[in-house]
Amino acid sequence: MTATIGSRMLRKEDPKLLTGEGKYIDDIHAPGELWMGMVRSTMGHATIASIDTSEAEQMPGVHSVWTGASLTEAGLCAAPLPCAWPVTEDMVNPAHLPVAVSEAKHVGDIVAVVLADSRYGAADAAEKVIVDYEPLPAVGSLEAAVADEVMAHSDLGSNKAFHWPLIPDPEGTEKAFAEAAHTVSAKFVQQRLIPAPMEPRGCMAIPSPAGGEVTFYSATQVPHILKVMIAATTGIAESKIRVIAPAVGGGFGGKLNVDADAILSCSLANHLGLPVRWTESRTEAAGSSHQGRGQIQHIEAAADADGKITSVKVHLDADMGAYMMLITPGVPLLGSFLYTGVYDIPNLSFTCDGWFTNMTPTDAYRGAGRPEASYAIERIMDMMALEVGITPEEIRARNYIAGGEKFENYDAASTLVFDSGHYRPAHDRALEMAKVADLRAEQARRRDAGEAKQLGIGMCTYVEICGLAPSRALGGLNYGAGGWEHATVRLLPTGKVEVVSGSTPHGQGHETAWSQIIADKMGVDPNDVEVLHSDTAKSPLGLDTYGSRSLAVGGVAIAMAADKVIEKAKLIAAHQFEAAPEDVEFESGSFSVAGTPAKSVHIQELGFAAFAAHDLPDGMEPNLQEQVSFDPPNFAFPFGTHVAVVEIDTGTGGVELIDYVAVDDCGTQVNPLIVEGQVHGGIVQGAAQALFEVANYDEDGNITNPSFMDYLVPSAAEMPSIQLDSTVTPSTSNPLGVKGVGEAGTIGSAAAVINAICDGLSPYGVTDMEMPATPQRVWQAINNSNGGAA
Amino acid sequence: MIPAAFDYTVAESADHAIQLLGEYGDEAKLLAGGHSLIPMMKYRLATPTQLIDVGRLDDLSYIRRDNGHIAIGAMTKHAQLETSDVLAADCPMLQHVAALVGDPSVRHRGTLGGTLAHSDPASDLPAAVLALGGTIVAKGPNGQREIASSEFFTGYFESVLAEDEMIVEVKVPAGTAGWNYQKFNRRAQDWAIVGVAVADGGAGISLVNMGSTPIRATAAEEALAGGASIADAAALAAQDTDPPEDLNADGEYRAHLARVLTQRALEAANG
Repeated sequence: MTATIGSRMLRKEDPKLLTGEGKYIDDIHAPGELWMGMVRSTMGHATIASIDTSEAEQMPGVHSVWTGASLTEAGLCAAPLPCAWPVTEDMVNPAHLPVAVSEAKHVGDIVAVVLADSRYGAADAAEKVIVDYEPLPAVGSLEAAVADEVMAHSDLGSNKAFHWPLIPDPEGTEKAFAEAAHTVSAKFVQQRLIPAPMEPRGCMAIPSPAGGEVTFYSATQVPHILKVMIAATTGIAESKIRVIAPAVGGGFGGKLNVDADAILSCSLANHLGLPVRWTESRTEAAGSSHQGRGQIQHIEAAADADGKITSVKVHLDADMGAYMMLITPGVPLLGSFLYTGVYDIPNLSFTCDGWFTNMTPTDAYRGAGRPEASYAIERIMDMMALEVGITPEEIRARNYIAGGEKFENYDAASTLVFDSGHYRPAHDRALEMAKVADLRAEQARRRDAGEAKQLGIGMCTYVEICGLAPSRALGGLNYGAGGWEHATVRLLPTGKVEVVSGSTPHGQGHETAWSQIIADKMGVDPNDVEVLHSDTAKSPLGLDTYGSRSLAVGGVAIAMAADKVIEKAKLIAAHQFEAAPEDVEFESGSFSVAGTPAKSVHIQELGFAAFAAHDLPDGMEPNLQEQVSFDPPNFAFPFGTHVAVVEIDTGTGGVELIDYVAVDDCGTQVNPLIVEGQVHGGIVQGAAQALFEVANYDEDGNITNPSFMDYLVPSAAEMPSIQLDSTVTPSTSNPLGVKGVGEAGTIGSAAAVINAICDGLSPYGVTDMEMPATPQRVWQAINNSNGGAA
Repeated sequence: MIPAAFDYTVAESADHAIQLLGEYGDEAKLLAGGHSLIPMMKYRLATPTQLIDVGRLDDLSYIRRDNGHIAIGAMTKHAQLETSDVLAADCPMLQHVAALVGDPSVRHRGTLGGTLAHSDPASDLPAAVLALGGTIVAKGPNGQREIASSEFFTGYFESVLAEDEMIVEVKVPAGTAGWNYQKFNRRAQDWAIVGVAVADGGAGISLVNMGSTPIRATAAEEALAGGASIADAAALAAQDTDPPEDLNADGEYRAHLARVLTQRALEAANG
């Protein structure tokens, strides 16, 4: 076969997407459609004294204008938007109505909705809605929330939403710090980031002519979750809702929420009997759904005289934003288990406080909790290396789980069990590819010569938690859903294979990867495989795509369903051969009787036999169609070592990333080409946090850089040509040995880049650098070490 | 990101555009490449009700030698400057600076006249024209006038152009003597946080994004003319400037950048 597991097959999706044949949400229209224009709060925190919609209602093409009050009067949108992860029993969860009624809680909070016959008309009319705000004191930063003097919600006595501890062995922590030869501590700020996928969010709800049924198109990562949540929130029966995710242009977590636009469009479409749609504008995106990160990490590490870490103690203050969205409070917890990183650290103490602010809610963004944890432990390892007086390479080598040798089923201090790992080969290979020894010599030369451009070398060995997840583990964390994934495999009468995927692509390449798995398992051409997905009418069961779970859960379900089809087909083949099933062998798609290979039948030929059912074994049901809901026994833990090399212009403070090496291990690779694409993009996204991106707010809760002019998403011009390699340590959590790679690059790169900058600036006494490492920050750090001489 | 309603007219000639400007007054804006105006309209920071498209006036698109200087039509695109043999031979700095503006799509739409008329102190080409001692030719209902670039810019997005005038040509002196342009930014496509253009070995030094207009670093120019070292002259680069403060840089840092970049530009220009 031309492509199986492990082949660098070109993506089947690409010809369509690259020639403009992909149908995105904005390409889909319905007769009579109405556009929503959102009137969003321009205040961080304010009482809504009155809303005058009269002028907007008179604008050409305007159908109607809705406020929180008029929606309530019509019995619409009265239920708050859902939070599916109440992390503690006493978590505070203020009602988050799709349209605010009396108080706006952040810039971007919806206060009224215009329906008009064009997008431009809706925008023009939205501008004519006059909202009389009475400003309230706003919480414009996480620090202000923690100070707890000004309240983000006027009816609450504290901004604190929850306190969540993970302290498996408190005495152990105390003992480790009491007996430590070395301790280091640091405070790291994980700035807010805007997901910024290439395609903005958008949706359209189309009611059935007779009413009662809604077809909902959405640029979403999670059509199945949306279907359940729309039903639960609007009261429209689940069986009357069909959700379709058309071609989706990226998400990075930014499209996994249940947002006001979904509830509003479904409710209004159902109420009015007219299609209702919305497309986000780019500046609107900063306040319309959620942002990522937003944490302050306080971390301490204890080590013995040799630099062997004995305990890590973390307190996290996490910025929830104004409201709890779908998994807002759970994001920091996803990181909690990773604060011991790849190291054999016997003790972990972790606490997290969640805080409300008057800023856009936070939620999942590529890595969701894990890049933050990886950053903190990998930064503190470099700090400990300095404290102990050894190199970053050496301190890591001394602390790796199993001494860097291969292991399976490691009991981490966090109480999780790491499926498998083998850290030293990736470490050695990355240092070799980056030519770190040569770089150190060049670095010394430049330092001695006092050159303006100094070199910095940074590394990071990360581990992450992928494949969300075992349903029981999620239940233990009070998560509001399971972590299984569903798949159906059908051998059609013509011999073609139809796969129904519960996990939903938004750019990853599911159609290609699933075709390869089927080709590998069933011995068919990957082009004979059709993958159905992203439409709840075609794929009724699924839990969608986030947390690097598609392959490690959904792909495994596909493979298991294929195995079941092969098993049944084998019975048909044995029947045709008049042989015992145990004597029938299956190889490269063909069944034959052991010892008589000349007599064989290809599995694709059996599709018609199963369909016609003229001559099946006694009692066998017709058709070859099998389903699997796979619930993995454990998460998967990919890992890898990254090396970043930066050139720092000490005259201007400018930092250029001049080389980047990543050696990742995501277990068995189905398609290395797709793996490399994921790693490339992930690395850039993490480097972007280190060097470029931050959602800036002023003290009143106004975002000051909501456009791509000021919110600096890097381009290819800012990135070096990334060098990649990989090792393969199969997962023990699933039969394919796969782990997941969607977030890996992001989880490794921010720490590697900042470690490199701190390394380059170490002669200036610089030991830390806040993200993003702007030229001004770098210049100030250098300048401060010069005693303030500019 | 959705502009307010506006009407749109394609000008048939410069005279037609000027006539329309006279008719519509301050409700009108000329549209050349549109890469500054359209984003401002999308943010509704600019809400002209009449757009007069002059970007199609091909007779204002040329680069030619003319009596010791180079004459450039106002609607000449940055990409044309970037690839011009005339500039390569006789004014390489302008060619070099044009190649650093924005990204390729910006350079294939943006025009020299448009960027000068927009008068953004953070733009590259106005400062280059200023360092070169260029001249701006403006046309109005009463005919043409020539304006020295040193007299042209008056404030943030403001110039001496009258409401019913448009730029038709830009003249820069031919010259290949020691030149350099230092552009400091965070992403290749961005405006300069600070930029420094040096022409004629340092006789012309201009600063990008160090005030409300592109400005000459007069103190540095005079020190250099008086025999000061490059380092001593560069130390004066930020004198009498009032740099803006934004998310990228405060005033102190911008002043530092102006000094460092001026030193580098002068060293490169005289290297």
